[in-house]
Amino acid sequence: MSVLKITDLHVSVEETPILKGVNLEISQGEIHALMGPNGSGKSTLAYALAGHPKYTITGGSVEIDGTELNELDANERSRLGMFLAFQYPVTIPGVRVADFLRHAVTNVRSPDRKEGEGLMPMREFRKELRDQMEELDMETEFARRYLNEGFSGGEKKRMEILQLAMLRPKFAILDETDSGLDSDAVKVVSEGVNRLCGPGMGVLIITHHERLLEFNKPQFTHVMLAGRIVETGDAQLAHELHANGYTSVRERHPEVAAEETQEEAAAVV
Amino acid sequence: MSELTATTTSIPTGFTSEVFEAFLQTRDEPDWVTDRRRDAFSLFQKLEAEELDPEEWKRVPLRAFRSGKFQLQSEVATPTGLSTLMQDRAEFAGAVIHLDGHCLRQSISDSLQEKGVIFGGLSTVLREHGDVIKPHLATRGVTAETDRFSAWHAAFWTGGTVLYVPRGVTIDEPLYSLISLARDGAADFSHTLVILEDDAEATLLEETSSESETAAGLHVGAVELLLGREARLRYVQLQNWNSKTWHFAHQCGRVESSGSLQWTVGGLGSRLAHIHQDVHLDGRGAEAQVNGVTFATGKQTLSYYTQQTHNAPDTRSDLLYKDVLRDNSRVIWRGMIKVEAAAQQTDGYQRNDSLMLSPTARCDAIPGLEIEADDVRCTHGATAGRVDVDQVFYAMCRGLTEYEAMHMIVQGFFQTVTDRIPVKLVRETLDKAVERKLGIGN
Ligand SMILES: Nc1ncnc2c1ncn2[C@@H]1O[C@H](COP(=O)(O)OP(=O)(O)O)[C@@H](O)[C@H]1O
Ligand SMILES: [Mg+2]
Repeated sequence: MSVLKITDLHVSVEETPILKGVNLEISQGEIHALMGPNGSGKSTLAYALAGHPKYTITGGSVEIDGTELNELDANERSRLGMFLAFQYPVTIPGVRVADFLRHAVTNVRSPDRKEGEGLMPMREFRKELRDQMEELDMETEFARRYLNEGFSGGEKKRMEILQLAMLRPKFAILDETDSGLDSDAVKVVSEGVNRLCGPGMGVLIITHHERLLEFNKPQFTHVMLAGRIVETGDAQLAHELHANGYTSVRERHPEVAAEETQEEAAAVV
Repeated sequence: MSELTATTTSIPTGFTSEVFEAFLQTRDEPDWVTDRRRDAFSLFQKLEAEELDPEEWKRVPLRAFRSGKFQLQSEVATPTGLSTLMQDRAEFAGAVIHLDGHCLRQSISDSLQEKGVIFGGLSTVLREHGDVIKPHLATRGVTAETDRFSAWHAAFWTGGTVLYVPRGVTIDEPLYSLISLARDGAADFSHTLVILEDDAEATLLEETSSESETAAGLHVGAVELLLGREARLRYVQLQNWNSKTWHFAHQCGRVESSGSLQWTVGGLGSRLAHIHQDVHLDGRGAEAQVNGVTFATGKQTLSYYTQQTHNAPDTRSDLLYKDVLRDNSRVIWRGMIKVEAAAQQTDGYQRNDSLMLSPTARCDAIPGLEIEADDVRCTHGATAGRVDVDQVFYAMCRGLTEYEAMHMIVQGFFQTVTDRIPVKLVRETLDKAVERKLGIGN
């Protein structure tokens, strides 16, 4: 069983420290929820784990089964089993979904593949893609469209889940995959994630809504405040936060909450 | 069939009067051709002393260009194995291969020959079918008078590919033409002439290529595409010289009533290329689609001066250029749609999109309209963008290497133009060319 281990992680964006010592351990098969007010650093953690070049790790470490990821680029991390479903998926004009995914799947499944070496056989790939798209209620015509170009918000998020389904990572981070969707789309996404979760995948779900967590009940809920995880509980904590907001969390952690207001003030200036 | 030009004396370097006389000695041509050459040469001498039209040339860096270093070749070089993109790729209905200005080989299928199709090197065709091409050759497409380069070409043209398709004849398989250079300092003045009579149809794929990466070369060329009524031509020219070659060309397409021209240019190679590309829609209902795919790297300059001229009513022109630039390269595109007063109900479109892979590359895209008619629809646009780090990151998060990600983004950028090209071989060739280009300097 694989373990994703985040130890005292410090991350800066353009010299500004955002994460100030995050500790988190996710094992394959576990579902973790990450909650926290806007601007607390959830997406920063997601990007830093995936290896975005703008998010600099200034201290601490990220490891999968003892292999440190700090210095690896996003491609190398994805081949080690890391996956990020983007809060704002990126459009790549002129690149067809199927072509993109065939490269992606081949690389992730054969991590040692060199550029220019053969891709996954077309028939096998097509069949698998068609099956997965069917599960997600996607028209087959989608495969020929250009990646995220002209997609609605719901289509983009479904596209992220399709990639998750095809790549079958060891660890998946879902950054607000359920936001901006109507309730039907949230249902499709929630069921999709539920189908994919299992003993082979550890999941970190970043969300403001309950729906995704109803379908995918977390064993752990973490609360982030001003770049730190200040509390960890079970599914009940997620429920409480949804119901009552972050006021009580701030009251329980006055020093961190004070940092939060300072940062806000600095940002306004 | 093969062709041998009379090659007794060798031609000195440069393009002076002495060189011109020596060059004429190597040609065995009818008097009308020689007379035209002499007229063009006097014009060339006059125009060489004059300034080039700044509107067309002011952005084109010609300072380092020395015409005197290049030499017309009096003998056919021995081919040592060209690395071409298309030559070995498909079954063509005919092929014409030029090396250092001489026609090495020409072939055409028997069935096409029986239908009266002419396909071969210009010098041979001139001898064998002079009467057929005389009315068309450099009379209404590319003429000597335009500027220094057109006059220079008209005086010194060395060969080139001719395609003549009689009325009503449709050719399904593509024809292939290769223009190549081998010797260091060699000059090629090839003239491509395509004549489609009324209701004829053909596809010609043309490619330029250098035998070695290091040999300096010069191309002063011309392309004439002359389409009769309801004729349909797909013409592709892939410019793929080495980075030591200078490429100057006047290229002109003329389309009669209800004719349809699809013209694709690929600009990949050369040190500096300047192409003056004119499309004239001469008859009611004529249409032209112009596709450009350019990929400039290193210190290359690729320059295009395009004109879409609507001379008749109900005509349509649609130009789309896509440029990718890397390193210190430069792309210049100056486009113009001209609509004459008689050309009512026309629809003209031009667009240039560029994608910068390096902050040091530079693209100038300047569209323009000159409209004399009042009932027309003309639109133009130009965009320039950079590769977005978030696009690269997104792709890398899905297991693509940075190189693969860039490759996909570049290919995707070209996709909207390659989607318009119906010939699979051309799409594949462009993909392959892009792959090769991406490999350089990485
Ligand atoms: N690319 C970036 N450039 C500048 N500031 C950023 C960037 N990404 C995040 N930040 C800053 O980091 C803090 C945390 O943001 P983020 O991680 O997006 O929070 P969350 O996802 O929890 O809403 C915010 O103050 C935000 O302004
Ligand atoms: Mg966020």
